[in-house]
Amino acid sequence: MSDTLYYLLIIVGVLVVMLTIAALLIWYERRMLALWQDRYGPNRVGPFGLMQVMADMVKIFFKEDWIAPFADKWVFIFAPTIIVVAVLLGFAVVPFAPGIVVADMNIGLLYFLAMSSLGAYSILLGGISSNNKYSLLGSLRGAAQVISYEVFMGISLMGVVILSDSFSLVKIVEAQKNMWFVIPQFIGFVIFFIAGVAETHRAPFDLPEAESELVAGFHSEYSGMKFGMFFVGEYLGITLISAMIATFFFGGWLGPSFLPPVVWFFIKTFAFITLFILLRASLPRPRYDQLMSLGWKILLPLSLVNLLVTAAIKLAIGG
Amino acid sequence: MTYDHSVIDSLKKKFGESAFILQKTRDGMPTVYVPQDKIRDILKYLKQEIPKPYKMLYDLTAIDERSRSNRQNLPDADFSVVYHLLSFERNSDIRVKVALKGEYPEVDSIAKVWANADWYEREVYDMFGIKFRGHPNLRRILMPPTWEGHPLRKEHPARATEMGPFRLPDDKQDREQEALQFKPEEWGLKRAHEDADFMFLNLGPQHPGTHGVLRIILQLDGEEIVDAVPDIGFHHRGAEKMAERQSWHTYIPYTDRIDYLGGVMNNFAYVQAVEELAGIRVPDRAKVIRIMLSEFFRIASHLVWYGTFAQDVGQMSPVFYMFNDRERIFEIIGAICGDRMHPNWFRIGGVAQDLPKGWEKLVKDFIDFFPKQLKTYDKLVMKNRIIKARTVGIGCYTTEEAIEWGVTGPGLRATGFEWDFRKKRPYSGYDQFEFDIPIGQNGDCYDRAVVRVEEMRQSLRIIEQCVNIMPEGPYKSDHPITTPPRKERTMKDIETLINHFVNVSWGPVIPAGEAFFGIEATKGNNGYYLVSDGGTTSYRTRVRTPSFPHIQMVPYISRGHTIADLLAILATIDYVLADVDR
Repeated sequence: MSDTLYYLLIIVGVLVVMLTIAALLIWYERRMLALWQDRYGPNRVGPFGLMQVMADMVKIFFKEDWIAPFADKWVFIFAPTIIVVAVLLGFAVVPFAPGIVVADMNIGLLYFLAMSSLGAYSILLGGISSNNKYSLLGSLRGAAQVISYEVFMGISLMGVVILSDSFSLVKIVEAQKNMWFVIPQFIGFVIFFIAGVAETHRAPFDLPEAESELVAGFHSEYSGMKFGMFFVGEYLGITLISAMIATFFFGGWLGPSFLPPVVWFFIKTFAFITLFILLRASLPRPRYDQLMSLGWKILLPLSLVNLLVTAAIKLAIGG
Repeated sequence: MTYDHSVIDSLKKKFGESAFILQKTRDGMPTVYVPQDKIRDILKYLKQEIPKPYKMLYDLTAIDERSRSNRQNLPDADFSVVYHLLSFERNSDIRVKVALKGEYPEVDSIAKVWANADWYEREVYDMFGIKFRGHPNLRRILMPPTWEGHPLRKEHPARATEMGPFRLPDDKQDREQEALQFKPEEWGLKRAHEDADFMFLNLGPQHPGTHGVLRIILQLDGEEIVDAVPDIGFHHRGAEKMAERQSWHTYIPYTDRIDYLGGVMNNFAYVQAVEELAGIRVPDRAKVIRIMLSEFFRIASHLVWYGTFAQDVGQMSPVFYMFNDRERIFEIIGAICGDRMHPNWFRIGGVAQDLPKGWEKLVKDFIDFFPKQLKTYDKLVMKNRIIKARTVGIGCYTTEEAIEWGVTGPGLRATGFEWDFRKKRPYSGYDQFEFDIPIGQNGDCYDRAVVRVEEMRQSLRIIEQCVNIMPEGPYKSDHPITTPPRKERTMKDIETLINHFVNVSWGPVIPAGEAFFGIEATKGNNGYYLVSDGGTTSYRTRVRTPSFPHIQMVPYISRGHTIADLLAILATIDYVLADVDR
């Protein structure tokens, strides 16, 4: 089998698997939330309500493709695609198992950071082009949130880079053969996790959409498949961040050999996805300025200290 | 309830004997007619100078007197404006009236004396067409600005069929929509300050955070609220006008729907006012049944508040748990009354039926079950640090401010002022129960929440005592006006049969007179001021609801906060739009 065909297979495989997971997550989240909230959730369509996803898809495709007459038409159409494209591109560097990775770049980590921050444009452009005051407030919040959490999201990962001497995600996973990085880099993990929640705009950091305040924030005016893109983009984002947490801190595909590596990878990823959902079920939403001060006054200094200490120890021991 | 009548002597001493005409009312509240040119001075005196002053403008309303026939020695009037003041130090009220002549009379505004007079005067203007001289912004409040006529005037039709068919041609629709357009200048708001324009955000009437059709227009500088203008009336259904068409008895179900989370709590205030008018004494069993059901509804209403409060500050799950608990309460209420949210259960002179067999077990099960839930919710919501960060120090007001704005109920107690009608003016036998009045300290959003949570525990205590002391005996009074009269005797003696026939077919005839009855409802003081002209319907029914003044205060306490804070403030005020608009 030629290399080109092999890579094509992987690319198509990753695309299909990720989009399927994103769609299934809608069902998964609704069922899990229902479980924690003393109710049933979607359980009528198909076994366990699994076909609910199909029903939703059919509905969303057949909805009127409405564009607000006061909106900036082209930007309005373009905005939802950015988040889906950016997050899907982010999956290019995720090492699912030895040999199963679309591109093992030597700057994989930086590439991931770049792609995940591109998603902010989606919120910013979507909110501004809607020409709606609620959307505007939502996109302002979104932009400020991403900018401030981007900074230490990167810094929190530098400890991992120092320990593994590489920006390549495959090398980072291989460097965790003896010990998962969550142990030496626990602070880095916590900060990355918080930043990841903020990055994906998930509750409790869902300020850009804040239903009880801004109705739906930046996507108030969206409907049909354009809204669906935001929706899928959010679930892809959760999957990507969870996959990255597994890769950076929990040894990626590594695990006892009774299960194949790719299964280990997905088990870990799903554990974090579930954690994301549990967070949404349990926590209230802080105010915008409280979120900002948490970021700049606590998490940023903490991640810097973490970086300095890691570097110092590495210097002292490894030389 | 006995009122302090010494205030009349103080008034006479200050303004002269001749200025006042006393009116005797069925509720025994001191009621005086004063000359209209002195009204502002007299009210100022009552608020500021008299020893133990009347600090709160409890209610302000009007009566269209033109077709009233029972006017025993009262001054000649086409309209009268009624000011109901409350003194906390005296624990007494006074009713001051002004007799007005003319088709569209005028009277001095007291908006400068009491902050909450603003909306009340607008309401009277909207409903009666009485103008208030010197009012800062006298415009309609409940009816749309395009409305013709003033609904509570006697000549205004009460039914759609009296008004001709409704049509909405394009040009009329355009006019109506144009009228809803917000123009900042009309409210004295600037469109811009030195270096930037303000943003005017239309929050509502359809907004997930306003819990109903409330519209608030926000003047924003970034996300900071510079000023806010609440626009109410979207939920106005003319409850007071309906009372003038319904018989005293058939109006009871309408009251259920005023504070629609309060259920029989609304009946409670209404039937007690009617009983006051008719002089009915309610048997003990009925009293305790009434208290038990009202306290159940207090818990049910507070549970809705609790869940939506958490939801409004972004916590998703609690509302589901609390609605589940509320469902348990509804099962008990359903078992006793046959209906859940609006059981329409109290009757003039008692309650509709006796308690069903096995009610004790249902209630006791709930008493065992509920405290555990409250403990869980404390951990989940009240002790959550994000909730605290969102609510502590937000939307504060002091006791003085609360009184100035007419705030009652948990909102008043959260400022540290212990005032509860159930303790201060025990009605229906509340004095035989042991319970505490929870109070807060800072009057902020968090304290309001704490007070409500604690109130649920206290209500549970009352319910427990109800189970223990539930007296035997009739559930309805023997009084002939009791409606419908006790069925078991109708076929045995002619007197009861006649009463039954008349009261059911016409409705009871209530002797002429006036009475007010206020209770501690779920959201604050709910009161009914009834005027009977000696007929089968009420001549004037005034519903004093707590939510109306509470919403009026929103701009005052939300200035300088952000949109997110506004939602926390709205959540902790705990209003119901039907209670605001009636």
